[in-house]
Amino acid sequence: MRNGSSEVLNAFRQASPEAFEAAFETLFRLHQRAVFGWILRIVRNPATAEDLTVETFWRIHRAHRRFQPSRGFEGWARRIVTHAALDWLRTTRPETELLADLPAPAAADPAISAEIRSKTALAFSRLPPKLRIAAMLAVVEEQPHKDVAEALGISVAAVKLRVFRALRLLRKDLQQQGITP
Amino acid sequence: MNAHDEDRMKKLLQQALPPVDGEAGPDRDLWPAVLKRLDAKPAGASSGWAWFDWALAVGLVLLVAFFPASIPVLLYYL
Repeated sequence: MRNGSSEVLNAFRQASPEAFEAAFETLFRLHQRAVFGWILRIVRNPATAEDLTVETFWRIHRAHRRFQPSRGFEGWARRIVTHAALDWLRTTRPETELLADLPAPAAADPAISAEIRSKTALAFSRLPPKLRIAAMLAVVEEQPHKDVAEALGISVAAVKLRVFRALRLLRKDLQQQGITP
Repeated sequence: MNAHDEDRMKKLLQQALPPVDGEAGPDRDLWPAVLKRLDAKPAGASSGWAWFDWALAVGLVLLVAFFPASIPVLLYYL
């Protein structure tokens, strides 16, 4: 997510309503791609990512007065984006997400069958959203722990702990299904 | 779960859920949808208190006025 729009946000916090809307559109044009990409990494469904991108910018618009330019736009926006995605994960039935648009792995390990991959994805979708989102970003998408921590508003140590708990619960679920990872 | 198990689980998860192309943008311009969302009245937004809020407030005032002994009970449950 590119930075550099702090000046725009700083301006529209103090500007007239017309200038505010113009600045907000500039902000949207600058960041919509990055916001969409970050959400897509979490929800893995382009249509849902589009809806959540709209929702995110609505939240940014609503919360713009709480933005502090000195702290940078990127981290602030990423936190709003991540919480919008987390809210969506909380309200969606596990079986309806993730599986619909699963891309095929680029380099599939022959030792891992399609059935195991499918059961793993399903077990993953049953994890608590807070653990799932941390594991999705840190393990699947291989995003730096620092970025994940900033997005979730927690420490790097807390991200590592959530990832560990997610993997442990996932392993337990798979073992209950007779799969030994 | 030791470090070896953790690594195996990570690899399994990456096989089950390959990374998506996070650089891909949306298929359509989302600005009109954002404008529509901004124009829509937020759910639950109203011009002020709902009638139920007023009825509750009046009820509480009457209760306190006629039964002052109920104040500690109300404070306890607040």
